Order: sequence, then structure tokens, then C-alpha cells
Amino acid sequence: MTVPLALAGVQKSFAGKAVLKDLDLRVEAGEIFGVVGPSGAGKTTVLRVLDLLEAPDGGQVLFEDRALVPDSREALAQRRRMCLIAQNPAVFRASVFDNVAYGLRLRGVPPELVRGRVFSALEFVGLLDRADEVAARLSGGEQQRVAFARATVLRPDVLLLDEFTSNLDPANVRLLESATRRYRLESGCTVVIVTHNLFQAKRLADRVGLLLDGKFLEVAPTHGFFENPSRPETQAFLSGEMAY
Amino acid sequence: MLQIVALSLFVAGTSTLIGAVLGVPLGTMIALRRFRGRNFVRTLAFTFYGFPPVLAGLLVYLVLSHSGPLGFLGWLYTPLGMILAQAVLVVPIVAGVTISAVQVVERRLHETALTLGADERQWRSTAVHEARLGVLTAIMVGFGRAISEVGAVLIVGGNIAGQTRVLTTAIVLDTSEANYLEATVLGIILFVIAFIVFAALQRLQSEGVV
Repeated sequence: MTVPLALAGVQKSFAGKAVLKDLDLRVEAGEIFGVVGPSGAGKTTVLRVLDLLEAPDGGQVLFEDRALVPDSREALAQRRRMCLIAQNPAVFRASVFDNVAYGLRLRGVPPELVRGRVFSALEFVGLLDRADEVAARLSGGEQQRVAFARATVLRPDVLLLDEFTSNLDPANVRLLESATRRYRLESGCTVVIVTHNLFQAKRLADRVGLLLDGKFLEVAPTHGFFENPSRPETQAFLSGEMAY
Repeated sequence: MLQIVALSLFVAGTSTLIGAVLGVPLGTMIALRRFRGRNFVRTLAFTFYGFPPVLAGLLVYLVLSHSGPLGFLGWLYTPLGMILAQAVLVVPIVAGVTISAVQVVERRLHETALTLGADERQWRSTAVHEARLGVLTAIMVGFGRAISEVGAVLIVGGNIAGQTRVLTTAIVLDTSEANYLEATVLGIILFVIAFIVFAALQRLQSEGVV
């Protein structure tokens, strides 16, 4: 089976503090993998290493079983097959349309194709009628939808979602979760989602991993993870008994 | 008088153009690239804000004089020499203000651009685009320095009537000859030119063109 994404023995420290400790992860092609864990466990760092925004101190990032070297030409090519959507997206000083068109223009997509793809992506997140507005003037939820459209318009093979609905109202959460499911269904892409919201992990993920102290302690299919966790730490985390 | 106004605009406009062409990429590079001695270069650029125009004029004069390294160009006492002298003053200003403008572009935007597939060159271009208001301000400040400058153009241009006389040097001459009315009129013209240029740029900003 193709393994589009993997981390093998990854170590990462910040200011002498180890955040990821010999971390191993395999994300299967086309699955939605949920990463849960207490604050400070290293969840965001996992996504940043996968997206090559952080170079690991040790270990390897594997994309389709090929080890990637951050800052290499190949890394740029692979990064262009992935997209990370952050908790608080930054929008460019430009219209909604230009924000969504940004990545397409970087890739040299002809203008006549850009237009159609941008409108289609905006329709996907319900922002077709806001294309000409200044992106920075939209609400937080709408900006997050712009960020989603800006990522998915590039048709990435891998979507990395970092607490992407944590500050949003229930309507926007529902809309973006539905858009994620639809996008995965239509594109067959692989999704890694970091979330504090256990209900969201339950709703979206095919498999879930508990990250604790820089390592995955338990990785299991979603139903089993929530209904029948094998590790006492997972039980403590799910029941809210884990102090962190 | 029309000729003086036209020459003033030509010299200041051309030196500002040179300042923009050299200063914006230089400022962007200093702001975004990590290299040895970056802080020193940045401090140097800011120090040149206060570079005395007469000193710039003297240096350019020595370089363009007969025995100077660029004496063969024959630019001394010509508008080209004046443009060079003003460009020496304008480039650091444009670079310095560009550094300040580009540096404040959010780090989050850098990562957003990277994750959307930008390479470093594309990111630099995005950063300048994001900081375009600040970059435009840098160019405006550079033009303000050039159009109002007197020391350097006086030394290098020589204030020759019909050849190198610009508004500021004409004001100096008229004042020294007690032609206060003419000097005041020239001063008002200088002020009006600066006002029109800055008002036009401000309008571009407010209309969202930049």
C-alpha cells in the first residue's frame, strides 16, 4: 500500500527542550488521521515537520517512502503537494479572489484557468459572492474559509489541518468539517488533523493517535480509540482525568 | 523659470527612480535575508539617513573631477553629475525605509506563503507587495529628500544658469543677491510641486491602487 506520509524516529528540540522524541508515524493514503493530546505535547510541531516548515534534528520525513531533505529542490516540489491550514490563518492584503489565486499564480497557472478554479473553490466554501471583498475585513470564520479555499484550490495530495476550527462558531465548524469530508471524498487526498476537540476527531478521523510527551502512545481506528482504548494514559486523557 | 522647474523635476525624479530601483531590492534583501554582518549593514543604512548632502556632494565631486576615477565621463557640472549626487543620498533612504516596512510583514504570512508553495524568491516578491504602502512611503521620502536638497547639487552642478540651475540652488542664489521676492516665489513653486506629487501618491493609496 502506498504510504504518502511517514515520520521515522523524528527528534525535534526547541531551546534545549525535546518536543518530539524518536517519533514514528505512518499515515496511510487517503485516510484522515487525527492527532490528539494535551497542550504542549508537540502536536503542531508534528504538522510543521510534515510540512517541512521545521527541519527535524534527527530522523526522517518520508513522502511516498522517499526521505525529504528540508530546503532542497525536491522538498519544495513535495511541499507544493501539501497544504497546511493554521489555527489563525494569515491573509494577504488583497481581495478574497487574489488570496485564493495566490498559490495558483505561484505555480504559473494561466490566468484563464485561475479564474474558474478560484470561483469553484470559493463556491465550495460558500464565499462565491465575497470574491471582490478585502480578505482582511472578513470575520474570523470567513477568513478561515478563505484559507481552506486557498489550500484546496491547489488540489493538494495532503491536507494538514492545525486546530483549523478552534476559534469558530458552530455553523462555521460544521461547514468546514463538511468541506473537509467532501474534499477528501472528491480528491482522495490524505488529511492529518490536529485538534483539541475530541468530538471533531471522532467525527472526522479514520484513525486517531494520542501524542504524549513527544511520542505517539496509542494509535488506533477511531471507534476503538474512543470506545476501547488500550492504554491507561489514553483512558485518562479521554475521561479528562489527565492533568496537563 | 520653466526650465529651472523642469530640470529640478528631471534631476529629482531620475535620482528617485535610481533610488527605487536600487534601494527597494537592497532594503528587501537586508530585511529578509539572514547573513553575516546583517545588523551592521542595517545600522549603516540607517546612519546614511543623516548623511550630510554637502559631504555627498564633495565625494561625488572628487569622483567626477578631472583627476577622479570617473573623471573621464565628463559629468561634473552637468545634470548627470547632479543625479548621481542625489542618488547617493536617496538610495540609503529608500533602502532604510524599505527595511522597516518589509520587516513588519507578519512572520505568519511568510509561513503561509511557504505552505502555499512559494520559494524564497517568490516570498521576497510577496513581502514587498504586502509592504507596498511602506515601500511607496520610502520612495516618497526619497523624492522629498531629492527635490529639496541643495548642498550636493550646488557642489556638483555648479548652479550654472540654463544648464544646472535647479529650484533650490536658484533660491540660494536669489537670497544671496537679496532677490527675496523671486526666492520666495521659487520656494512656493517647490512647495507646490512636492504637494502635488505627495497628494497624487496619497490618492493612489486611498483608492487602493497600491
